[in-house]
Amino acid sequence: MLDIRDLTTSFGPVKALDGVTFTAPKGKITAVLGANGAGKTTLLRTVSGLIRPDRGSVHLDGQDLARMPAEKMPGLGLAHVPEGRGVITELTVEENLRLGGLGRADRSRPADFDRVYSIFPLLNDRRNAIAHVLSGGERQMLVIGRALMAEPKVLLLDEPSLGLAPRAVAQIFELVRGLAESEGLTVVLVEQNARSALSIADIGVVLNLGRLVAQDEATALAADEKLRHAYLGF
Amino acid sequence: MQQLLTTFLTGLTLGMVYAAFALALVLIWRSTRIVNFAQAPMAMITTYVALVIVDAGMSYWIGFAAALLSGLVLGAVIERVVIRPVEGKPEINAIILTLGLFVVIHAVAAIIFGSGFRSFPAPFGLRGFEAGGVTIALTGFAVFTICSVAVVMLLLVALFQHTDIGLKMRASAFNQEVSRMLGVKVTRMLTLGWALAAVVGSLSGLLIAGGSLVSPSYMDSVVVYGFVAAVLGGLDSPGGAVVGGLLLGVSLSFVSGYVGSDLVALASLAILIVVLLVRPAGLFSHATARRV
Amino acid sequence: MSRVAFGSLIGHLRRTPLRRNLIGGLIGLVVVILVLESVSPFRQGQFATMAYLGIAVGGLTVLTGLNGQLSLGHGALMAVGAYTAALMLHDVDKPLPLPVVMLLSVLVTVVVGAVVGVAAARLHGPYIAGATLALAVAMPGIASFFGDNLGGEQGLSVSTPEAPGWFADAVYFLTAHDVTGTKYLAYVGWIGLIISFVLLANLSASRVGRTWRAVRDDEAAAELAGINVGRARVKAFVVSAACAGLAGGVMAMVVRIAAPSGFPLTLSLSLLTAVVLGGLGSLFGALIGAALLTFLPQAVTGLGQSLGLGDLQSAQLAPLVYGLTLVLVILLAPAGLVGTIRNAWRRRQSPDTAPIHPQQEAMQ
Repeated sequence: MLDIRDLTTSFGPVKALDGVTFTAPKGKITAVLGANGAGKTTLLRTVSGLIRPDRGSVHLDGQDLARMPAEKMPGLGLAHVPEGRGVITELTVEENLRLGGLGRADRSRPADFDRVYSIFPLLNDRRNAIAHVLSGGERQMLVIGRALMAEPKVLLLDEPSLGLAPRAVAQIFELVRGLAESEGLTVVLVEQNARSALSIADIGVVLNLGRLVAQDEATALAADEKLRHAYLGF
Repeated sequence: MQQLLTTFLTGLTLGMVYAAFALALVLIWRSTRIVNFAQAPMAMITTYVALVIVDAGMSYWIGFAAALLSGLVLGAVIERVVIRPVEGKPEINAIILTLGLFVVIHAVAAIIFGSGFRSFPAPFGLRGFEAGGVTIALTGFAVFTICSVAVVMLLLVALFQHTDIGLKMRASAFNQEVSRMLGVKVTRMLTLGWALAAVVGSLSGLLIAGGSLVSPSYMDSVVVYGFVAAVLGGLDSPGGAVVGGLLLGVSLSFVSGYVGSDLVALASLAILIVVLLVRPAGLFSHATARRV
Repeated sequence: MSRVAFGSLIGHLRRTPLRRNLIGGLIGLVVVILVLESVSPFRQGQFATMAYLGIAVGGLTVLTGLNGQLSLGHGALMAVGAYTAALMLHDVDKPLPLPVVMLLSVLVTVVVGAVVGVAAARLHGPYIAGATLALAVAMPGIASFFGDNLGGEQGLSVSTPEAPGWFADAVYFLTAHDVTGTKYLAYVGWIGLIISFVLLANLSASRVGRTWRAVRDDEAAAELAGINVGRARVKAFVVSAACAGLAGGVMAMVVRIAAPSGFPLTLSLSLLTAVVLGGLGSLFGALIGAALLTFLPQAVTGLGQSLGLGDLQSAQLAPLVYGLTLVLVILLAPAGLVGTIRNAWRRRQSPDTAPIHPQQEAMQ
């Protein structure tokens, strides 16, 4: 369970996050929604230690992660898949995965590779290819697989659907759904595409100009026509 | 025919040294996008460390090891103290900074060790091998030069391709933020990169000095040759730097042997300009769309 | 003339850059005469050195500060100018008139500078630094290679021309002092400096200067605005090379020799130090930088000797100070060098302060 309390982050005089409070329950998918510039990406970057918050806390299993450096997060069970995917394109597929396993406290085993390859058989076929040649969908699989190498408790996913064909999006979402259900992974999913995000999420939170304006069951949010028109654009 | 062979072998030996120096530049460029012009005086001053030890009556090999070790420390300290603040700043800052370091280390060396020439020993013979009454221009020291650079290169390949720390260093060089997210202590990797580069630079300093004279400025032209070699290889590619170094070494050896040794630096300038204008991303690049 | 008319005339003169710079130049000339006539021959020699360093630093300041190009090869360009002058002043009975010699030094260096500039204009950052560094390292070898004509390692000795009669008369008329060899060279150097600085100040205030700054600040934007970026960069390099050529010509006469050892890599790096020290982009700063290059070595060498260092060691303290200066300026300007330049320019371009150059400074 990831418990975010009063998280506030500013860029100079501008408050990009203003007292955001919500809980992402274990084994569930929490969708973070909102328009461009609502603070969704800033939220993830603050949680994962890339940006220092002004105040607030981020508790994971009783430990406060806020203000910890980003490089400590994998060891604490938090994995962040950034927007634009963050494949290191100069390395091979397998090297990217290896890198993902280096952050955890214990060493990764061959079994971890097998697990990721069994989830993403496509990656197994291209394990020695330079990541540069992968398609957008394959890259998205690679970064999720890489995050799984660290056996995280919490997975932060930033815009996984960006630039992907609808079929690839459906595939990725299905996979994330499965990981949450079968392995008890806590997923925080940032999405521009609110409709499809709510279709797989358990809970939705809506940000507007850095503030939390709504939080509810995903189905309830999807049913709230006024909210949809005001903030979600569908 | 014999002169041709001699020129070629001399060029090959020098080329290995330029390759090592270019490799040092590339290691730093890849990770911090800085061309370390101060690499030359850094290598110079570590060679003086070896010279002091040898002059004190100790073995060449103790001096050799001490020079590499002091290179390691010097590289790490310089990255931590001086370079860290300009990483990610406008590139002109880093350039002027490394030039400032260049001048500082020069002056410090001249104050401590004097600005005159001093002879530096070589651990192996400087006479060519004889084969069937003909002397081949390959000296014992040249063989040592080629072998030691080759060994260092193999060690680097092993480090980067087959160890976790090597993987982390490569990842940090390519994408700092993603590396941090994956738990890599990027700043530590950059420091390590500078330290390793300084060791390789120190090695080339020792090899240039062997059996020859050293002065505070004896490495100044080598930084130019190393830079040209690195650019030949695309500045980003360790393999390219090695090939570039060998090509340049042989080319310059022919310029020296058949045109005049005074024009070697000018020839390297000409090669640099031609490469930058014709193939700015290096001889072995596929894509040429890069700003130089 | 009424006070109003007089005021408006002054106002008019101050408003046009050319006239303002000319007035500044004249005032600068008066200051130079006053200073040179009141100091010892030893100091006159130092001022002659300062003059040629100032010309070179001024040219490099325009290149780096205004156009954002770095050159580590200006020492080599000075060598071109120096050797040109030396060839014309070496073992000749009837040397060409001095202005002709200087002009030829400038022209030859301009040709070399144009070749380098065309190549450099397409390069950026570390590439241009590396290429010009190669130029600085390569230049002494050329002098050795053409040893028959250029004197090899020993170089070419330069017989310093006598002051022409009319010049000596003019100085005597103004100051009631005779013109010695050293003082004449100091005059030549400073007149050269004033002429080149007036021209540089004009250029920098003109359309050309604005183009250069636009290219420095944002190349893509400059290109979109219809500026031929490559041509602007070559122009800046050529202008800067012209200054280096003149500086080299004066230098050959002041040190009475043109030899490879006179143009080491450290000369180029010292020029860069002076530019950075002088604040990148201001001609007044360039003059300060040149003054430091001239007078600092003696001061710190003296300091070193009083601290018990040997002569040779003390002589290395000056470069140590230069290098530390470069490092410290970069580290202690947290906005970054480019930011500092921009701030400086913004301050300067605000309407109530006129562009600063040495003459202008003297007026204020």
